[in-house]
Amino acid sequence: MIWWAAIALFQQTIALDIPSKNPNTSEADVAAGKKLFNGRCAGCHGPAGEGGKGANLAVPRLTRAQEDRALYRVIRYGVPDTEMPASLMDAHEIWQVAAFVRTLGRVQSVAVTGDAANGASLFKGKGGCIGCHTVGLEGGRSGPALSGVGARRGAQHLRAKLLDPSASVPENFRMVHITTRDGKTIRGQQLNEDTFSIQLRDGADRFHSLWREDIAAITSERKTPMPSYKGRLSDSEIDDVVAYMASLRGDQ
Amino acid sequence: MRLLLLCALTLGAQVTHERLLKAESEPHNWLTYSGNFAGHRYSPLHQINTSNVAKLKPAWVYQTNSLQKFETTPIVVDGVMYITESPSHVTALDTKTGRTLWRYRRPMPDDIKVCCGQVNRGVAILGDLVYVGTLDSHLIALDAKTGAVRWDTNVIDYRAGYSITVAPLALKDKIVVGIAGGEYGIRGFLDAYDAKTGKRAWRFYTVPGPGEKGNETWANDSWKRGAAATWVTGAYDPDTNLVYWGTGNPGPDWNGDVRKGDNLYSDCMLAIDADTGKLKWYFQFTPHDVHDWDATEVPVLIDAEFRGAKRKLLLFPNRNAFYYVLDRVTGQFLLGKPYAKQTWAKGLDDNGRPMRNENTAPTVQGTVVFPSVGGANNWYSPSYSPQNQLLYIAVREAGHIYYFGEAEFKEGEQYNGGGFRSIPGEPEWGAIRAYNPTTGEAKWEFKMSSLPFSGVLSTAGNLVFGTTGEGQVFALQGDTGRLLWRFQGGGTARGNAMSYMSGDKQHVAVTIGNSLYSFVVE
Repeated sequence: MIWWAAIALFQQTIALDIPSKNPNTSEADVAAGKKLFNGRCAGCHGPAGEGGKGANLAVPRLTRAQEDRALYRVIRYGVPDTEMPASLMDAHEIWQVAAFVRTLGRVQSVAVTGDAANGASLFKGKGGCIGCHTVGLEGGRSGPALSGVGARRGAQHLRAKLLDPSASVPENFRMVHITTRDGKTIRGQQLNEDTFSIQLRDGADRFHSLWREDIAAITSERKTPMPSYKGRLSDSEIDDVVAYMASLRGDQ
Repeated sequence: MRLLLLCALTLGAQVTHERLLKAESEPHNWLTYSGNFAGHRYSPLHQINTSNVAKLKPAWVYQTNSLQKFETTPIVVDGVMYITESPSHVTALDTKTGRTLWRYRRPMPDDIKVCCGQVNRGVAILGDLVYVGTLDSHLIALDAKTGAVRWDTNVIDYRAGYSITVAPLALKDKIVVGIAGGEYGIRGFLDAYDAKTGKRAWRFYTVPGPGEKGNETWANDSWKRGAAATWVTGAYDPDTNLVYWGTGNPGPDWNGDVRKGDNLYSDCMLAIDADTGKLKWYFQFTPHDVHDWDATEVPVLIDAEFRGAKRKLLLFPNRNAFYYVLDRVTGQFLLGKPYAKQTWAKGLDDNGRPMRNENTAPTVQGTVVFPSVGGANNWYSPSYSPQNQLLYIAVREAGHIYYFGEAEFKEGEQYNGGGFRSIPGEPEWGAIRAYNPTTGEAKWEFKMSSLPFSGVLSTAGNLVFGTTGEGQVFALQGDTGRLLWRFQGGGTARGNAMSYMSGDKQHVAVTIGNSLYSFVVE
C-alpha cells in the first residue's frame, strides 16, 4: 500500500510542478503551437483566435490566464462550467500552444477615441443599456452581463454590436416560446436543454424546467431583443459608449 | 462428488477460448469487449424488459479518481467485473456491491502522446489472465485473482507517438491488440501476442513497406508516416478464422498533397488470418481520405439472407456517413448507402468506391463538408439484436469547416496538416436509429438534441440502451424506438453499455461522467 501512496504523491508532485514561465517560446515553438492550435483549438476559437463558440483570444489580456501558469492550466484542465474541455496534449505541446496564443494578443487593436465618462452616462441614461445588461451591482438581466466585456471583446466588435446587434447573437442566447400540454404559455431565455428537458428564465426572472413530453409546442428564435443604436445615438455618442464598454474590465 | 464440483468450479474460473466462442450460452457474463466475437453488443438477458425497465435504479456507483474521459466497457466473469480507468489502470470490482477486489495502478511517464484524452476502453480476459494495453504502449497480463503482473511486453516505443487505448481481443491462444497514434505520423500495425508468455506471434503493418503490395499507393516516402492506426476492437469469425479489424485515417489528417495515392491500408476493413497474421482481404472505404474519417468502428458479423442467398455478412456504419455491407469471406462489396447527412460523395460505384463531389477537400480558407471530423459514427459501438433482426446505431448529424495546413513531420509531434471548426449557426444533433441490416433502411428513429459520444446496447428484453452528451442514459423499446426510461448520471456519457447477472439480478452497466453506474430493477 505504501508504494501506491508514493506513486500518488509522485504524480501529484508532477501536477504541481508547472513552471511559472512558459519554457517553450522559441519561434519554432510558436510555429508548432500554431499547428496544434489549428487542429485542436480553432474549431471553437477561430483560426486567428478571433472567437466564436469559444472566447476571443486575440485580446491583450486573457482574464482567466494572465500568467503563463494560469494559461497552461486553462489549456490543460479546461474551464469548469464552460464548453472549454481539458486538453489532450502533452506538457510540451500545451506550452507551444500557449506560446502561440500569447502572439494573438499582440494583434493591433483599434484605438478607442471616445469619452468613457460620457459613455457611462449614455449607457445608463439615453441609451437605456442598463435596463437589460448587468454592470457590477446595477442593471437588468435579459441581456448578457457586461461587467468584464472590455477584457473579452475588442472595440471593433463592440461597435459592430451596437450598430447591428442581430449580426452575431451569442450561441447560448436563445429566446423560446413554450406552450405546455395543459395550456400554459411561457416565454423566456433558454438556459439549458437536452434530449428530454428544457430550462429557461422568464421575463420576471423565474426559472422553469419542463420535460419535453409536457410541451405541446416550442418555438425558438436566435433573434436579439436588442435594438440597433444606429441613428438612436450620434456617431460620437457611439464612440463614447464603446469607450465606456472597453473600459469595463471586470474589476473595480 | 464434492471433488468433482470443486473441479468444475476451478475449471469454471478459467476463461477458455471455448467459452469465448459460446459467450451467448453464459449471458450472466460479459466476456469480450462487444459481448461476443461477432461484435453484436447484445445481451440475451431479459429479466429487465419493456414491462419493468421504468423501475430501473442504480444498484451501485463506482467513481473513478480521474477527470479524464471514462470509456471502459466492463468485462464480467462469474461475479467479478474488470474495468480500466485513466490512464491505464485496471480495477476488479464485486458485481453485487461495486466494492473493489483489487487494483492495478501503473505510473505513467509525463510525456505520453495522445490526441484525444488519456483513455482506455477495457480489458480482455483469457485463462486466468486479464490483459490491458497502456498509454505508454505496453501490453500487460495481470493475474485475474490478484492483479499481479504476470508479464509486461513493450509493444513499441511510445515516444514516437504511439499509445494503446483499445480493449485487446483474446482468441485461441493469442491476444490481438491494436495501436493508436494516427495524429502523430506513426506507422500503424495490428499485433498478436502469445497469451501465456507475452511473446509476439505476428505483426501486420497497416501501411505496407517498400516492395510490399500497396506501398505504391503512397507518394515518395510518405508511407513511413502513413498512420492507419488500429484503435478500436475488431471482431472474429471462427469459421473463416479471420480477425476483422478497422484501420484509421492516413497521416497527416487534412493535407493529402504530401501523400498522393489511395494510401492503403488506411480507412480499411482488414481480414487477417488469426494464426499467421497474413492479410486475406481488405476493403478501403475512403481512399485518400482528407477528412480524418477513420474506419475504426466495430464490425458486426451476421449470417443472413442477402438478395436471396444466405451469406456471411459484415455490417459497418462508417464514420464517412455511408453504411456498408460486405461479404466477410471474400471482402466483396454488397451494399453501401448514406445513413446520415453527407456532402462529399455522389454515391458509391459498383465496387463500393466513393464517387467524390468536386471541391470537398480542405482548403486554407475552409471547406464546409458533412459529416464532421467526428463522423456519422465514431468508435461508438453499434448493436445487433437477433431478436428483432435490427441493427442499432447512435448516429451523429453534423458537418465541419475543414482547413488545409502545412504538414511538417517531427517525430513525437502532432502531424495534422490542417484543422477544423464547427459551422456557425448549424445545428448538430443525434439519433438512435434502427436499421434493416441487409437493406440499410431505417425502421425507426429516436431523436437526440445533441451529438452522442457513445454507442448502444440491445438486450433480449426488447430494449436498446443509449446515452447522451448531457449525461443521461435511457432505454428504448427495441422494435419501436419508444422511450421507456431515462436517468441523469451527471456528466457526458462516453462508454458503451453492457449487461450481466449478479446473483439472480440482471444489471445494466455504463460509464457516465466519471462514474460507472450499475442499474437493476428493485
